[in-house]
Amino acid sequence: MTNKTVLHAKHLEAGAKMVDFHGWEMPINYGSQIEEHHAVRQDAGMFDVSHMTIVDVEGADAKAFLRKLVINDVDKLNVAGKALYTGMCNEEGGVIDDLIIYFFNDTSYRLVVNSATREKDLAWIATQSADFAVTVTERPEFGMIAVQGPEAKAKVATILNAEQNAAVEGMKPFFGLQAGELFIATTGYTGEAGYEIVVPEAQAADLWQQLLDAGVKPAGLGARDTLRLEAGMNLYGLDMDESVTPLAANMAWTISWDDEARDFIGKAKLAELREAGSEPKLVGLILEEKGVLRSGLKVVTEHGEGVITSGTFSPTLGHSIAMARVPRAVKLEDTVQVEMRKKLVDVKVIKPSFARNGKKAF
Amino acid sequence: MSNIPSELKYATSHEWVRNEGNGIVTVGITEHAQELLGDMVFVELPEVGESVSTGDDVAVAESVKAASDIYAPITGEVVEVNEELEDSPELVNSDAYGDGWMFKVKIEDEGELESLLDAEGYANSIDED
Repeated sequence: MTNKTVLHAKHLEAGAKMVDFHGWEMPINYGSQIEEHHAVRQDAGMFDVSHMTIVDVEGADAKAFLRKLVINDVDKLNVAGKALYTGMCNEEGGVIDDLIIYFFNDTSYRLVVNSATREKDLAWIATQSADFAVTVTERPEFGMIAVQGPEAKAKVATILNAEQNAAVEGMKPFFGLQAGELFIATTGYTGEAGYEIVVPEAQAADLWQQLLDAGVKPAGLGARDTLRLEAGMNLYGLDMDESVTPLAANMAWTISWDDEARDFIGKAKLAELREAGSEPKLVGLILEEKGVLRSGLKVVTEHGEGVITSGTFSPTLGHSIAMARVPRAVKLEDTVQVEMRKKLVDVKVIKPSFARNGKKAF
Repeated sequence: MSNIPSELKYATSHEWVRNEGNGIVTVGITEHAQELLGDMVFVELPEVGESVSTGDDVAVAESVKAASDIYAPITGEVVEVNEELEDSPELVNSDAYGDGWMFKVKIEDEGELESLLDAEGYANSIDED
């Protein structure tokens, strides 16, 4: 069965080409993926992300539970609304999912996890929470719209009421707050400023229409992928999965080792691998000549082989970019080769961050 | 349903062929093909002077989604290529049958035109996809 988001009819109205995305019928584009990409880098675009899974964790043990569940430490969160990006691992250190956690207080947190991993995430969270005094509640009654781009905040401001505008005034990046009926967060998946707005389902279509009328361009999953890749953000299922550790997925920074007494799931294995320095690493690749790097292509280096995990044409840069998992000995600025259409092509290794805030980021 | 002009001939591999007279034909890819591929980012064209045979992979259309081979729909010699596509591959999306043309071929045997599909035949072939 295919799921439809509450905005399905609005997509059809806007001429979307719909595709199946892990069981959800979602817009891949509304005509031109590249134009949608540029709208987000240069102006303001919006994505329907209602398929994403919102999970509220509440109760006396909420903090203790999350300190065990995820690799980053929610103890870092002490300002209401502050968000944290992290991963949830199994005992072997494999990434079950990546997620954002919003902190309201020590007994109340909101998690946003991927839709493609919804069932296993919920099952894992349920199992792990058994011994903690917490309530875990999925919140499917909301739609979610990500409005992103240099003009995103200004355009959203034109449709918020005075109270909501006062609430979001001066909000720092990576925060979320309830403003009237909307939960508004300064998060995103594009490398641009903007909001992710959680809205009760009954009001989602109206909000979408108001944003359209305010000049925000609808953008599909195609543009979402090129934008996140330019920004160097991982996509679960491509750049990492349960067979990959955070150390091999450019997510080491999301592991908190500060509190030695904290025991999080996967800690022992990750500590061992970190000590050994044996894990491969995720780097960025750039190809300045013609051609497009694509996921699955083999990377050849003097230290051994690697593989492209995500690759695309970068509309902002005008050439192809990729993320690749390669042996740890490969260095930034090295030239390595990718096997493309039976030929070996030179590519340059950089940090996986290609374009943000409208321009080249390396 | 995408546009399939009745005055053109087609190959099942989604190329269109326009008879320009004097044994010259223009070749491009159909609107249906560009829709399937999505936004074009690079087009690699054959060399002028190259001899091509029906079914040879002679060009590559690389879109945001995939790299796709373009096959010669007819046998002959490439006499001109659309250099505009070097800088503006999106012409293939915006005007598949016009400014998005790819190359011109001086055909060896004009009779071969008859073996290509007409618009109706091509429409049926994509229905079966």
